[in-house]
Amino acid sequence: MSLDVNIDHLRGSFRIAARFSAAPGLTALFGRSGSGKTTLVDIVGGLVRPDRGRVAVDGQVLLDTECGVFVPSHRRRIGYVFQDSRLFPHLSVRRNLLYGRWFNRETGETTADLASVVDLLGIGHLLERRPDSLSGGEKQRVAIGRALLAHPQLLLMDEPLAALDEARRAEILPYIERLRDETGVPILYVSHSVAEVARLATTVVILTDGQVTAVGPVADILPLADSGDGGSVLDATVARHDEAFQLSVLTSAAGELQVPRLRAPVGAPVRAYIRARDVMLSLRPPEEISALNVLAGRIAAIEPGAGGAQAEVRLDCNGAALTARLTAKSVQRLALAPGKPVYAVIKSVSFERS
Amino acid sequence: MTPEEWTAVRLSLLVATTATLASLPFGIAIAWLLARRQFWGKSLLDTLVHLPLILPPVVTGYLLLISFGKRGPIGAFLDQAFGIVFSFRWTGAALACAVMGFPLLVRAIRLSIEAVDVRLESAAGTLGANPFWVFATVTLPLCLPGVIAGAILCFAKSMGEFGATITFVSNIPGETQTLPSLIYTLTQVPGGDAGAMRLTLVSIAISMLALLGSELLARRIGAHRLVA
Repeated sequence: MSLDVNIDHLRGSFRIAARFSAAPGLTALFGRSGSGKTTLVDIVGGLVRPDRGRVAVDGQVLLDTECGVFVPSHRRRIGYVFQDSRLFPHLSVRRNLLYGRWFNRETGETTADLASVVDLLGIGHLLERRPDSLSGGEKQRVAIGRALLAHPQLLLMDEPLAALDEARRAEILPYIERLRDETGVPILYVSHSVAEVARLATTVVILTDGQVTAVGPVADILPLADSGDGGSVLDATVARHDEAFQLSVLTSAAGELQVPRLRAPVGAPVRAYIRARDVMLSLRPPEEISALNVLAGRIAAIEPGAGGAQAEVRLDCNGAALTARLTAKSVQRLALAPGKPVYAVIKSVSFERS
Repeated sequence: MTPEEWTAVRLSLLVATTATLASLPFGIAIAWLLARRQFWGKSLLDTLVHLPLILPPVVTGYLLLISFGKRGPIGAFLDQAFGIVFSFRWTGAALACAVMGFPLLVRAIRLSIEAVDVRLESAAGTLGANPFWVFATVTLPLCLPGVIAGAILCFAKSMGEFGATITFVSNIPGETQTLPSLIYTLTQVPGGDAGAMRLTLVSIAISMLALLGSELLARRIGAHRLVA
């Protein structure tokens, strides 16, 4: 599947001019509040008609202002999970879930049936309840299921976790991961949370003041996001758990990482997000140091930050990218320069479970 | 009660029920247009719908008479084309009641449609429902209490309608003599006081039953939602 978006839309005095293509998997639209993310997904979903532009899914044109094509939202087969779940208050959870299926019978495609979606989202015990009586997290899971059961060719998710507290978010994130990996439905996911994007995204589209400023794989793009904190994403697998010290050992291209005990089983793929300010650099392998993680690498580039007091040092650790934020003084004191071998030091306690 | 009084009560119930049921689809459609669509002439339509509320009922009745009467342009056309006659028939009384009750019907339904969250409607759209199904499966069920309230108001107005009815279709016993018309007639003849009082009590009873019925219905819809 491919999604091609190229639109130009004026809303009041705010102009959105965005062009990007999304690959399979989960594409995160990432940017600050007010950068035009929601308007952009509303345009893809057919809820907003842009001044000019073109939207196509798998070559099927849904919108082309030049040719006067506008497919209304009910014929786009694009599922939409809203920030406020928007469940129908007069219908039970079961009938909410089956609502879209009824209208999409003719398509004949069954990307999902009730039993498997209910199982995927863990909402079997809620079927006969009414939406009012559900918690925020349960509502969002039902909303995701409802969108899936309409057999969408693309799923839009507009900050589905924004209205939830930390515990509810942690409850839903694994379901979205399963959604991405198991259903094969491509997802366009709006978020302003670095942690969410780092954990979920395959591809990242960065939106700044209505303009697309960067597009690419999450590990390459996220460190560049000025709305983020310059952190890096490392793909890893759980190698073993150290029960005595409540730690988990991860293996990644960059080397072994010891992090606080994860619930994920041994062998499970995980993503580590490492904030640039949590990374320390040393010219020699550090000895007798409390930090448990030392990754060997080579400096790829040094980018002075705004004001010149700090610099982002980009490292290449055996092919994996890692960014360290240092003071300009440290850069000078250690005579850091591209090509120089260094050791990145990361405290295990600086990792948080998301 | 005398047979004449029974006839008037039965006729009034028939006229009010017909007026309410016949105007309901139009009322819902116009309420939806006014609540959800922007179009040229919207305020004109709004004014037109509300006109019977502010015009003297006799004026409305007279306007009906000259347009829907046998020699009126609409009346003559309906008679020749479909054989439908309103003037001096109970159907004419129902038409007069429907016109008089229409503003109340539309107003109640419009307010309840406006209270339905449009975001739920757009969510239904993304799930594949076209505008008609969005209305039938989301908007209508959610504004049903307002539809019932509007229908009850229209029914109650029809039970009490007098001025427009008597002007348009006169006061013919057994055909157009509704409950209010008979009460009026009885107050004009000597010894009619007892009959007028009986009909007044019947009138009060019917109004209260209608109100009670709507209350029960609204509660049942609420309960239905709980288990649906």
